[in-house]
Amino acid sequence: MHAPSSTFTERVSVAILDKRLQAALDHASGGFVDKRAAQVAALPEFEALRERARDLKDHVLAHLDTYLERYEAQVVRHGGQVHWASSAEQAREIILDICRKANAKTITKGKSMVSEEIGLNDALEAAGYHVVETDLGEYIIQLAKEPPSHIIVPAVHKTRAQVADLFEQHHRALGHTRRLTEVSEMVDEARQVLREHYFKADVGITGGNFLIAETGSSIIVTNEGNGDLTQTLARVHIVTSGIERVLPTLDDAVTFLRLLARSATGQETETYTTISTGPRREGDLDGPQEYHVVLVDNGRSKMLGGPFREMLRCIRCGACLNHCPVYTSIGGHAYGWVYPGPMGSVLTPLINGIDKAYHLPNACTLNGRCQTVCPVKIPLPGLLRELRRQQFETGLTPWPMRWALQAWAALARRAWLYHLAMRIAIPVLSRFGRRRGALRWLPLARGWTDTRDLPAPQGTTFQQAWHARQDAKR
Amino acid sequence: MSGGRERMLAQIRSSLGRSAPLEGKLAPLAGSGPRPAFEGDIVERFAAKMLEKSATLVRIGSQAEVGREVDRFLRVHHAARRLCVSRALAGIAWPADLDVQYRAALREDETSVTPCFAAVAESGGIVTLSGPDTPSTLNFVPENHIVIVHASQVVRHFEDVWTLLRANGLPMPRSINIISGPSRTADIEQTIQLGAHGPRRLHILLLAE
Repeated sequence: MHAPSSTFTERVSVAILDKRLQAALDHASGGFVDKRAAQVAALPEFEALRERARDLKDHVLAHLDTYLERYEAQVVRHGGQVHWASSAEQAREIILDICRKANAKTITKGKSMVSEEIGLNDALEAAGYHVVETDLGEYIIQLAKEPPSHIIVPAVHKTRAQVADLFEQHHRALGHTRRLTEVSEMVDEARQVLREHYFKADVGITGGNFLIAETGSSIIVTNEGNGDLTQTLARVHIVTSGIERVLPTLDDAVTFLRLLARSATGQETETYTTISTGPRREGDLDGPQEYHVVLVDNGRSKMLGGPFREMLRCIRCGACLNHCPVYTSIGGHAYGWVYPGPMGSVLTPLINGIDKAYHLPNACTLNGRCQTVCPVKIPLPGLLRELRRQQFETGLTPWPMRWALQAWAALARRAWLYHLAMRIAIPVLSRFGRRRGALRWLPLARGWTDTRDLPAPQGTTFQQAWHARQDAKR
Repeated sequence: MSGGRERMLAQIRSSLGRSAPLEGKLAPLAGSGPRPAFEGDIVERFAAKMLEKSATLVRIGSQAEVGREVDRFLRVHHAARRLCVSRALAGIAWPADLDVQYRAALREDETSVTPCFAAVAESGGIVTLSGPDTPSTLNFVPENHIVIVHASQVVRHFEDVWTLLRANGLPMPRSINIISGPSRTADIEQTIQLGAHGPRRLHILLLAE
């Protein structure tokens, strides 16, 4: 289902020319950016919360083994089961095994990026289970057989007309034959269709925004309430979560909850915050009979040891996507895997292999907005630069780029040579570009000038202009 | 399935430069998370925040008025004259013509009535705990969720809820639900639509006593 990242450049070309996608991206990203800004402006403590969140995550990561063992002990104490999956494959096997033992037929799912990461739906469907995504956005892209294009709003690339087409095609057999035009009608129809599944489901699978070591709880936040219906009405509840999601206490979770909704959707708080601890208790009238947590490693424990540890602070809010000029120009599908945007450009090479996603760390202008808005202060541009450095060192960088970088390094390290080159190049470029004020074409740089013009230099070099200014001051 | 467990813990320790579990007791991170400061009465703040988030709210004097208010709500919304109610509210005198059932919610239930454990002023939220008398399906399955909040249950921050929870000495409930308005979605063209999967209406009866 997922296109390989190696065809990144082709997918970008398609995305840029897709008018419908461009309209959807313009519409969405502006809204998220403005709403977040308003929330941040209304909370003077926001910066202090970011700092506390960063420190908490760093503390947990430095003692991750201890906190995971504490968490596990508390889950077990409350009657739940913890499964440790070191790879995506192992995670799929564990979940298939739970479903098999539960004699499951229908499986409902709340939105979970980890389940996308481990390719869970394909594995469950291949094993013959009926899998239903219940988050409206996830449901829409499940009908369209597409991967999510955003980690928070997975169907952000779909217009209402496209959703109407999908519903008409898939709901006809269920007796919904009228073509819908209003968003309210579509939400109502999805509500009716999905109700059936919630009550029929044998297993409900959700993600886990946070895991609490103090109590053995998993926390999910949703606006729709779909996660709650999924995990309360099924006989078996499975939580899939990355190992880095553990936090020491419920009080610590509040720090993150204050940051998450504001950063993600620009809301003060999400509608539903649910803290789940173990299965149905004695005397309870509802709730799942079994409660399982699958802790997914899939490269995270290795990430912990190197220069990318800070990436494990990520809480998957999507703010870096919404503020990224590259993401908002090409959308999520161009990135080729489940995690797009700046966080995806770091995670995808780290999880799938640095040789599998060459273009991603390079598709970045290093403008730094992602780092500025990140609720846990991940230095994303720095991590992307580190990936580029590793690509260069391991010989993944193609030779024209290597050659150009080496030539540039040789020049930039020798001030006299640099000044000499500039004194020659600037007047030449200035002369060639004088008429239009810009250069349409440059030797050896067609890849750059094919799609844009280089503004022509205005005459002297920076050094010359600086000296002239200093002289004038004297 | 413990094969993954040992391997993962070993890799984590190796990445952290250790070969064994940490010796001695792990000290928690010093300090605590900042709490948003705000002025004014916490009950007023709670009410305003809930209204901001599309809940509806009626102030009443005491529990004796609950039956009348619920009756009024059902009439205004042309809802079925049947209630699915938390057993914790068995003491309420309901209008005689209402079919009141104390149980978990079923698919056909249109309206539920529940108590809450606490309510939060900070950003607005009611907090419910699951238990034999307070099944959590009441919060999610019906179209209309009516919640009874006593003014004395309103706390300032979310941390205050955990303090109350620890103070009551009971084990962690299976489910703690913090609810800040009716169910909503903006997944189609970022158009906000209430009543995605959970209740279309969240109606709060705020009791002065």
